[in-house]
Amino acid sequence: MNYSALVLHKHDNVATAVRPLTDGDTINVEIGHGTISVVLLQSISFGHKFALKDILHGEEIIKYGETIGRATVDIRKGEHVHVHNVEGLRGRGDRP
Amino acid sequence: MNFEGYRRKNGRIGTRNHVLIFPTVICASAVAQMIGQAVPETVSVTHPHGCGHLGEEKEHITRTMVGFCGHPNVAGVLLVGLGCELITPELIAGELAGTGQRFEIVSIQAEGGTADAVEKGKALAAKLLKEATSARREAFDISELILGTNCGGSDTLSGLTANPALGVAADMLVSARGTVLLSETPELIGAEQVLAGRAANDTVGKRIWEITSAMEALAKKAGVDIRGSEPSPGNIEGGLTTLEEKSLGAVLKGGTSTIRQVVGYAEKPSERGLVIMDSPAHDAVCNTGMIASGAQVIVFTTGRGTPLGAPIVPVIKVSSNNGVYQRMRDNIDINAGGILEGTESIKSVGERIFKEIIEVASGRATKAEMLGHGEFAIHSLGLSV
Repeated sequence: MNYSALVLHKHDNVATAVRPLTDGDTINVEIGHGTISVVLLQSISFGHKFALKDILHGEEIIKYGETIGRATVDIRKGEHVHVHNVEGLRGRGDRP
Repeated sequence: MNFEGYRRKNGRIGTRNHVLIFPTVICASAVAQMIGQAVPETVSVTHPHGCGHLGEEKEHITRTMVGFCGHPNVAGVLLVGLGCELITPELIAGELAGTGQRFEIVSIQAEGGTADAVEKGKALAAKLLKEATSARREAFDISELILGTNCGGSDTLSGLTANPALGVAADMLVSARGTVLLSETPELIGAEQVLAGRAANDTVGKRIWEITSAMEALAKKAGVDIRGSEPSPGNIEGGLTTLEEKSLGAVLKGGTSTIRQVVGYAEKPSERGLVIMDSPAHDAVCNTGMIASGAQVIVFTTGRGTPLGAPIVPVIKVSSNNGVYQRMRDNIDINAGGILEGTESIKSVGERIFKEIIEVASGRATKAEMLGHGEFAIHSLGLSV
């Protein structure tokens, strides 16, 4: 089977595209022992992430089963998840 | 489970049987190289250290040299010095003597110059080589192995394929009572909570936070923010969003087991299992430190393709994707790209890496060894005058 996207941990709320994916594509992603079907709302570049479910502003982004940052706006299922809608929580020298 | 290695007098087990030509100071580097070229069955290195080191730096460099020259993969070492340096062959030899390591010394000033030093060095190297031929491989339990892990030229897939696959192999070795070194302190920043959560005790957990804080303090002292460039623009373009994401992908190569100890650069672990070595992320500097800490095999994952080897220890290279494997086949031992195609699982690639570790430990040459890669660099604290 040729994967389109990978999820490394059952608690993850994002998947990583392992080939270029097109807006409107329906992607079936294996997660834990099940499968989630996601309709992409945007094209996703190779190596980039998209949301597996609706993520609210302020909610944590989970990859590898761990927090990799926090949503800075509401993110819809199937949307591109990257620096435009996620902030890192660590190493914020710009914050007191 | 067993591998075939060489028993040394200090009880440690080697995976190779090298004669090493080692200059203790840069002033002896050329002579060491000349001896190495004249006796090609030996391994020689060069470096810019050995003199002018202040305080802690002297101890730091000396510890690394002693760990490297006394490594169980070294059957015998020819220490080459000048005569007026800070770190003399005699200083290193004094440390090696107690371990039973076989050494010989040649000093350029005492021999009366380059030509005579090279002649004497050639004879001593030949003698050490002859002695080394008597060593035979025997079966030892894989609990005797210390595996070094490293990654470089990483891409967005390293954290999805090659690193977790190496983590599977690391867990397998730890289950067999072996030891695994996780290193590259800058790439622990953002993943401390995960690592500290797996610490064997509070002391280990605290040490993990201390070494990453010290790495940040170093960057601040230099007037730069280490996090201003992490993730790098290239990382971001490739899909990595935050520092946490990058580090979480990097630390997967150490597996998922309990972290037993945190050791300094080139310090030998006293615990078995997963151990963190505090080191810069520089590929060759990190490898040299892990070797001086006792690693007999290193696995190095790469996304962009890195030809790196090490002078006395085999380095197995694992690619994160099919593209780099196809482009740099002569450098890569194992391709983890099949995980993306769905032709292999992380577990199955991990099992292949584990099998390769045992076979390489038992004598099979890696691509880097076949090509003659032997990159060598010692970490400097910068305290030199």
